[in-house]
Amino acid sequence: MDRPSWAPHGIDISTPSVSRMYDFYLGGSHNFEVDREAARKAMEFLPGMPKIMQANRAFMRRAVRYAVSEGITQFLDIGSGIPTFGNVHEVAQGENPDARIVYVDHDPVAVAHSEVVLEGNDGAGIVAADLRKPEDILGSSAVESHLDLERPVALLLVALLHFVEDADDPYGAVAELGAVLAPGSLIVLTHAAYDGIPLPEQQAGGAVGVYKNIRNPLIMRSRDEIARFFEGYEMVEPGLVSMAEWRPDTPPEDEDPYAFSGFAGVGRKA
Amino acid sequence: MSDTSDGPEGRLRRFATIWSRAIFPVTATSLTRPEIELQLIPLARQLRNSLTARVFQPEAGREVGAALISFHSTDPEVLSRTLDAVDAYLVLYCGGDGDGEELRARSARLQHAVAAGFAKALRERTLAEQEAISRATLNARQMVAEALHASEARFRAVFEGAAIGIGIADLDGNMLEINDALKRMFGGALDNSGRSRKVHEWTHPDDAPQVWRLYEELVRGEREHYRVEKPFYRQDGTVLWTNLTVSLLRDPEGNPQYQLALMEDTTERRLLNLRLRYEATHDALTGLPNRTLFFERLEKALATPGGRFGLCYLDLDGFKAINDSLGHAAGDRLLVEVSDRLQSCATAPGEMVARLGGDEFVALTTGPDTEREVDELAGRILSMLAIPIRIEGRELTVRGSIGIVEGPAGERSAAEVLRSADITMYRAKSAGGNRFELADPEMDERTITRHGLTTALPAALDRSEFFIEYQPLVHLADGSVSGAEALVRWSHPQHGVLGPDRFIPLAEHTGLIVPLGRWVLEEAVRQTHEWQQRHPGAGPLRINVNLSPCQLHHSGLVADTVDTLERIGLEPGTLCLEVTESALIGADDDLLKPLRRLAEMGVDIALDDFGTGYSNLANLRRLPVTELKLDRSFTQGMQQYPADPVDTKIVEGIVALAHSLDLSVTVEGVETAAQADQLRRLGCDTAQGWYYARPGPWDHLHQLALVDATG
Repeated sequence: MDRPSWAPHGIDISTPSVSRMYDFYLGGSHNFEVDREAARKAMEFLPGMPKIMQANRAFMRRAVRYAVSEGITQFLDIGSGIPTFGNVHEVAQGENPDARIVYVDHDPVAVAHSEVVLEGNDGAGIVAADLRKPEDILGSSAVESHLDLERPVALLLVALLHFVEDADDPYGAVAELGAVLAPGSLIVLTHAAYDGIPLPEQQAGGAVGVYKNIRNPLIMRSRDEIARFFEGYEMVEPGLVSMAEWRPDTPPEDEDPYAFSGFAGVGRKA
Repeated sequence: MSDTSDGPEGRLRRFATIWSRAIFPVTATSLTRPEIELQLIPLARQLRNSLTARVFQPEAGREVGAALISFHSTDPEVLSRTLDAVDAYLVLYCGGDGDGEELRARSARLQHAVAAGFAKALRERTLAEQEAISRATLNARQMVAEALHASEARFRAVFEGAAIGIGIADLDGNMLEINDALKRMFGGALDNSGRSRKVHEWTHPDDAPQVWRLYEELVRGEREHYRVEKPFYRQDGTVLWTNLTVSLLRDPEGNPQYQLALMEDTTERRLLNLRLRYEATHDALTGLPNRTLFFERLEKALATPGGRFGLCYLDLDGFKAINDSLGHAAGDRLLVEVSDRLQSCATAPGEMVARLGGDEFVALTTGPDTEREVDELAGRILSMLAIPIRIEGRELTVRGSIGIVEGPAGERSAAEVLRSADITMYRAKSAGGNRFELADPEMDERTITRHGLTTALPAALDRSEFFIEYQPLVHLADGSVSGAEALVRWSHPQHGVLGPDRFIPLAEHTGLIVPLGRWVLEEAVRQTHEWQQRHPGAGPLRINVNLSPCQLHHSGLVADTVDTLERIGLEPGTLCLEVTESALIGADDDLLKPLRRLAEMGVDIALDDFGTGYSNLANLRRLPVTELKLDRSFTQGMQQYPADPVDTKIVEGIVALAHSLDLSVTVEGVETAAQADQLRRLGCDTAQGWYYARPGPWDHLHQLALVDATG
């Protein structure tokens, strides 16, 4: 039987959480020993994990700035996690104080934390919802009160979709969300892949195994599979590339080799 | 900042660049290295200022260390690399021309301060973040607890308020919790009812055989749920019928944990269904099984391979008279009494009695020796009926007629069997009643054909299956053709050509004779008219058409006839309508009026089958007839030689009588020349019969007439 939407998951901090692990990779202390233990285990296989995460944050920052430069002031960030630094609202409101942001996460701890962080910020809100139920996101009061869906929105799916298994139909969910976006909206996403990781696939696979063990499997997809998320969008230059190569501020050669892992891209809705 | 790269500002920038390059790889911010460098410039300036101040204050180092933390460079490696950079390059790039020893000492002190500042800020930040995440966790837990509580309250409300009975038991069958609805269904709580809390002791003799197998499969985890109709005992011992759905509840690891039972009380619905079923299959008056149930049983018996059946179809003799004279209430009481007696006659296994309706009953036996049993059964019924029945102080003797059908299963349908029994019963009745008859397939066949013809008649008229043959009427004086009698035939698709005797009585019975008669009249008039048009010089030719008693009574007779004649354009005098003598016996003026009207218009009326109906000869004067048709029975005596003298005398007398009343005489059934000769001598006017011609198509007739006209 499906859990009714009003019956929340319990909170079990004896189980690692991907958002707290993410925070740990980024040098934060919004995490517990179980999270750090799992993250350290993943780093045994993939020592560059922090650099990958850092590249993710850097890409997101550039993408948000790009969106603002394109006149977009509305942001829907799904899988926002625990904002350690450089969050969408910080970047966007730094560029344009009127920017409005709605964060979405299904981890109650991340939601509770965001509520505290966003206290007093009228332009930003947080929704406890799951990508797999787009109607919960779109029907939320935060979306209703913060976003005008008649105008373009930047939909951010950064380091999120590789946690959604095919059985949960991530393509359908992304399509459903995209369907309500106004023309000119942007879809911003990064996705894990074996491409670009400066390690043998077998070794990188060890990190994938760690996520599998904590029941939050990491789904590595091919470039073609990732490109399918952009169906119906026109790719913003330079297309679907590694994170470091997407509109870099500094010469990519200066970047850490791990910053070239996986794929990042921005699409525009016609 | 504006000086050359070799100036103090330039040298400061160079130090910041070196510093940023050193720490950038170990930072975890989303800033680029140039951005970090920009962040480091003010810090470098602070360090330089402190290094070169007149009064050395190493606290500036603490601020620098804390600043590193503020832009998220929390990795201890950042500190290490920062200290390396300061140690190696601060004095070099920012020391100016001060005392080298002093500068190095100050740099060392500054490094200590940076480390302390970094550590303090990191510690504060770490504690703050740990505090934040803990608080977030607590908040989230609180939120979840509230939501769970709300959820629990909702479930509790559903559980307690449900109209459906809900029970939860462990896998050993111990009932852990039941809701109020279930308590009400059982007539009380489990605890104070003395009922076992063990689910598998809740058996009932009417449990379906698979119920407990399904249960075992479920608790073993081999089945997720099952749904059955199951009875239980209530606290007071009465039975509770339920639609029971049992589901297996598993824990998060998927191991079977509990069983959940949902029960819907169907007791009343079930009783209602049983009662409706009983009412639908039993006769309200007598309580006997009705036609529906009887057919079910009969069909079952007929479908039993190798089985035989015996059936008695009983109809009470004279029941209608009893009903009419004593009233329906008495009639009903009689039926009830008869039903009781019938039931007492059929008590053996495989025997049943049913009421089909009215005073018709059936008794069925499917015993081992039906041939003998059904006879005995019929005998028992008749002898039981012979005992007088006392109703309203009167002794009534009721008799019955029974039709018996006996035979092997699998040959006939229930409807066929019942029809055969019905027909046989009527045979018993027409033989005087108070008896039973055995079905005879040949007799059935005849009756069935009669029945079949009756039902086929209307469609036959629509499909134009009727046609007319004409038998010439001949002047006895000169042998010329004077006209013809129209005789209707039915070209039946299965039975071939049928004469009027086969279907006219049936058409009379059903009233179809009216449209059929109209069609015959129209067709005969039309063909006669056509012939006249084609042969204007051939002289008048009269057409005789039969009128049945039923047509005679039909109000449209005159109008139809006039309309037909006028529409087609035939002279009324050309038409002769034949009416049987028996139809006019005792006819009053009302009945004769239409005939008079027709006669006044010039239509001839012939009295058919004259001499068979004991008619009042005096009455002949009143009738608007112009012709008598002598029945063939009179002429049959003249076929032999010498002719029967009595017949001869009678014919002679009738002819004399007719002629004295100005009526012409036609004789039927003339088959020999001697007959014809004799009749001519007796003074008969017209004759018809095989001697002249058999009935045939119009062409045949008109050849005869033309031969006559020309020859």
